[in-house]
Amino acid sequence: MVRLDVDIAGLRLKNPIMPASGTFSEDLADVFDLDLLGAHVTKTITRGFRGGNPTPRVCEVGGSMLNSIGIPSKGVGYFLENVVPFYQAYETPLVVSISGNTADEFAQLCAEVSVPGVDAIEVNISCPNIEEDGKAFAIRPSSTFEVMTKLRRATALPLWAKLTPNTGETSEVARAAEEAGADALVVANTILSMAIDIRTRKPKLGNLMGGLSGPSLKPIALRMAYQCARATKIPVIGCGGISTVEDAVEFLIAGASAVQVGTATFINPTAMVTIIDDLSHYLEAEGLSSVREIIGTVEDGEQREGVVFMEAAP
Amino acid sequence: MSHIHQIAPAPKTYELELDVLSNEPVNREYRLLVLRAPPELLEKCRAGQFFHLLCPQMGGQAPYLRRPMSIYGVYPEHGELHFLYKVTGEGTRALAMLRAGHGLNVLGPLGEPFSIEPEWDRLVLAARGVGLATLAPLALEARRLGKQLTAICSARSEDVLMSVDLFRNMGADVITLTDEDGSSSVENLEAVLIALIDGPGIDAFYTCGSNRLLKLLQKLGTRHGIPGQIALEQQMACGLGMCHCCVRPFQKEEGIVNLRVCREGPVFDIQEAMAW
Ligand SMILES: Cc1cc2nc3c(=O)[nH]c(=O)nc-3n(C[C@H](O)[C@H](O)[C@H](O)COP(=O)(O)OP(=O)(O)OC[C@H]3O[C@@H](n4cnc5c(N)ncnc54)[C@H](O)[C@@H]3O)c2cc1C
Ligand SMILES: Cc1cc2nc3c(=O)[nH]c(=O)nc-3n(C[C@H](O)[C@H](O)[C@H](O)COP(=O)(O)O)c2cc1C
Ligand code: FES
Repeated sequence: MVRLDVDIAGLRLKNPIMPASGTFSEDLADVFDLDLLGAHVTKTITRGFRGGNPTPRVCEVGGSMLNSIGIPSKGVGYFLENVVPFYQAYETPLVVSISGNTADEFAQLCAEVSVPGVDAIEVNISCPNIEEDGKAFAIRPSSTFEVMTKLRRATALPLWAKLTPNTGETSEVARAAEEAGADALVVANTILSMAIDIRTRKPKLGNLMGGLSGPSLKPIALRMAYQCARATKIPVIGCGGISTVEDAVEFLIAGASAVQVGTATFINPTAMVTIIDDLSHYLEAEGLSSVREIIGTVEDGEQREGVVFMEAAP
Repeated sequence: MSHIHQIAPAPKTYELELDVLSNEPVNREYRLLVLRAPPELLEKCRAGQFFHLLCPQMGGQAPYLRRPMSIYGVYPEHGELHFLYKVTGEGTRALAMLRAGHGLNVLGPLGEPFSIEPEWDRLVLAARGVGLATLAPLALEARRLGKQLTAICSARSEDVLMSVDLFRNMGADVITLTDEDGSSSVENLEAVLIALIDGPGIDAFYTCGSNRLLKLLQKLGTRHGIPGQIALEQQMACGLGMCHCCVRPFQKEEGIVNLRVCREGPVFDIQEAMAW
């Protein structure tokens, strides 16, 4: 029997496969037993009610997709009364994703969701910070450090910082999050993109721009996961374009301790279950007894010293 | 914190690879896709529900997301699941290339079905074009429950009118309206409906898709106290309720709320639906 369990800063997961925020909900229980997963990660919520963006909210682009869902939220009260209790029927750890317009509002929500039944908090610092001209907290190391410091003070639960690919300072942002007390990094969110219908000349998304996810995002997210694993000592959770066990293993080799599966669940709702099964088979075939033996085993040789922290195309 | 372990119930929704039995054109515009399906899947299917189809990547077509299609027919006795569709873009073009013996990955059944309340005896469905695909299984259900059904089928021309035989075989009265002879105008449809209301009476309306029909049925429904249901469409990604891309606004008592077409719908109360 191969061991699939991993440790994310003290939180034990029975396997390293979990959903990405916004691509998972209680509704998936209609399709398979959610206790098969390594963790449950909820859609990002905000403190108050939010309506979300105009439709169309998604479109497909060359074997991947764009979304501008925004963060429709029923608020923290609804979440604590309805969503948290639903997941308490499962053994699987619950990771709650939150966001806020300002660092203080963010921290307040962080304290409010630190309740029994919640096992970790994923902070979506890839969302816009209205105090910094709408730029995401995680675009700059300074705003990352500032918001993470406040979030760290607000909770004793494990704190996972979700980074954005819309930065030119991946390693610096990762270190800023670590220094401010993040327990793990989720790498990464969607990359800002656009698509236009050439017939109507209208942007294909109601919000004009949106986030790219799915297979085309994978090489970018993989590069970032690798950089973050090299730049910090905290666990990295890979996310971006993972659809198969090969994709997942690639992130593990790059240094991720676990992975999140997003858009692939839209294409195959049972994708995560398939990846978990295939991961056992893969490790067995490789003659390994635990998934931990493969984490961070990338053969990057001497080159890594020079290249890892580069943010320019070679 | 102690957790109570939940015994996983049988799935309500299946992701399955089904065999294509046939996929033939029924007229110039529409095709009928027939899949072989297991009984445990078919027995869960209800009129108004849909499947999310993973259209194949073939013949230069590379659709990525799934495409929603209403259940057109469910035949447990033959082990068949039917879809009626119009080729409009990349996904449906790919779907049209499927041949007997190919496989198709389906996700379903999904969404809330139509309901027929026990006190509703005289049902009227009105639809146009491919909307008839969504309403067709209602005829089967109406016959099973012994309800009287009138189907008002509208189309561009006589030769692309669909499902007329299907409705007749299910014992429905069929009224056909076409653009060609001008009978499909809103004014004429209104006259047809008023004649039914004044004659045998109507207990409930069923419709889908069109704004014109929605507004007309809302007006007549309010004036004559007739309830109704409408099946709506919206672009979908997950089809399961997870992503919130498929929302539409609805007029509820507490104000306007966004609901997910894939989860709270695709069937909604006709008075709560909002014209677009
Ligand atoms: C609940 C439901 C039931 C449906 N039932 C049927 C049916 O029985 N028969 C039938 O022919 N059609 C039906 N449709 C519409 C059908 O889903 C679209 O025609 C189809 O998705 C078009 O895909 P395409 O790639 O060929 O077109 P494209 O225009 O290339 O599609 C581009 C994108 O827009 C989406 N899209 C385009 N038109 C629609 C639409 N009308 N509704 C939702 N998404 C759309 C596609 O899914 C795809 O993501 C239904 C839609 C819904 C929501
Ligand atoms: C429809 C949709 C909604 C999303 N919503 C959120 C969200 O609320 N919070 C968040 O942190 N990330 C959100 N994401 C980003 C995903 O969690 C993930 O980071 C991204 O999609 C990349 O992974 P993937 O390629 O496997 O989908 C969303 C993605 C999609 C496609
Ligand atoms: S399509 Fe994802 S919520 Fe409806």
